[in-house]
Amino acid sequence: MATGKGLFGSSLARKYWMALTGLFLCSFLVIHLLGNLPLMTGDHEAFNIYARFMTTFPVIKAVSYLLYASILLHTVDGLMLTRQNSAARPVKYANYNGAANASWASRNMALLGTFTLVFLIVHLKSFWFEMHFGNVPTVLIEGEEVKDLYTLTVTSFAQWWYTAFYVFAMAMLGFHLWHGFSSAFQTLGINHPTYTPIIKGIGAFFALVIPGVFALIPIVIYLNSLAA
Amino acid sequence: MNLTLQIWRQNGPQDAGRTVTYPVSNVSPDMSFLEMIDELNIDLIKKGEEPIAFDHDCREGICGMCSMFINGEAHGPDRGVTTCQLHMRTFKDGDTITVEPWRAKAFPVIKDLMVDRSAFDRVIQAGGYISVNTSGNTLDANAILVPKADADAAFDAATCIGCGACVATCKNASAMLFVSAKVSQLALLPQGKVEAAERVQNMVRQMDLEGFGNCTNTGACEVECPKGISLENIARMNREFLSASLTH
Repeated sequence: MATGKGLFGSSLARKYWMALTGLFLCSFLVIHLLGNLPLMTGDHEAFNIYARFMTTFPVIKAVSYLLYASILLHTVDGLMLTRQNSAARPVKYANYNGAANASWASRNMALLGTFTLVFLIVHLKSFWFEMHFGNVPTVLIEGEEVKDLYTLTVTSFAQWWYTAFYVFAMAMLGFHLWHGFSSAFQTLGINHPTYTPIIKGIGAFFALVIPGVFALIPIVIYLNSLAA
Repeated sequence: MNLTLQIWRQNGPQDAGRTVTYPVSNVSPDMSFLEMIDELNIDLIKKGEEPIAFDHDCREGICGMCSMFINGEAHGPDRGVTTCQLHMRTFKDGDTITVEPWRAKAFPVIKDLMVDRSAFDRVIQAGGYISVNTSGNTLDANAILVPKADADAAFDAATCIGCGACVATCKNASAMLFVSAKVSQLALLPQGKVEAAERVQNMVRQMDLEGFGNCTNTGACEVECPKGISLENIARMNREFLSASLTH
């Protein structure tokens, strides 16, 4: 009869939640990046309409709660797993050659995840919090007052250190995704001679392109601010 | 060859232990790593010192006893070998070589390089078997048809010798490769399918109780495994456990 703790409590279950929330967060990255693209072209109006849509459209609002829950679960679950992993080897090796058999990203997921979380807190404070609760000046679009997130963003990234922080954070996220994307599929039991190399390829593409374009946006804004 | 060995010495489970440096000379490149330690032990005994305790048995790579963490890797730098199959020609004259026991909460040190791996036995006892009637009307196993691909995959999983290199090398001291091999070798065969759902749940529960870490899919276990057990087994166990959790 049933002897396990089902989808809660066991080591495998914790990993399933890690994989599911991780993949959901990956899907969010794509949507977020698409919405950010007007920043690259300097389309003031399109970006502000997107920002208003993201904060007011009911479906997006509902999904956003799922997103916050996923971030929280991914973080708490990750912390619990890391604590257990550390406890599983109380006496460490004097000589441990981790590079001989595993990639750097795969061995440093907790560190990379922690940095991503720190970035996320700074990022949410700067834009999400300001957009929702701050006093962002408004602009008129089609006769309607809309919070001017575009100007706030462009002003922020005109500071070189702020842009540098974002670029570094995206590099860390890239490493996290480099291992995390394909790892999630393995955790969910998908390992196939034909499909796994494809998944790994998509994972590598995802890890390079998504954080890469995300990082490019602040760089473009910064360079434009220098020109202006 | 002349070498410097830095070997972990620990008098018993309660002893704190320490690294002791031993210079060894006239080592033949054709010796196995264990023969080199044998020679060192002969010298130690002649000097009236306690020889280094280490596990070994078959010395042909099938018993899985010779657990040594050499230069930061399980069974040393070679691939697909146990310590008894590691030859001194892998090293260079003048090298310093570190030798440590498997490090895991679930594998407590007994003495020096010997660890207690009975946690693996308890995982097997939790489900690594099939229940068959042995009262005289036993079915001939060969009477049950098994697809060739399944039989091959089950056999590949069954080549696991339970040496513990996967646990030793995993940065999380996870036993997923071992447990998944034992789950797979039975789950793939018709005789094992009957109890598959209970088996995977019981074995995973015991694995967790023993204090092994979690799998982060680094793949280090697959690289260091002397028998080339594949990560596909871990994926299979993940599938088996997921479906068992949803249906049982």
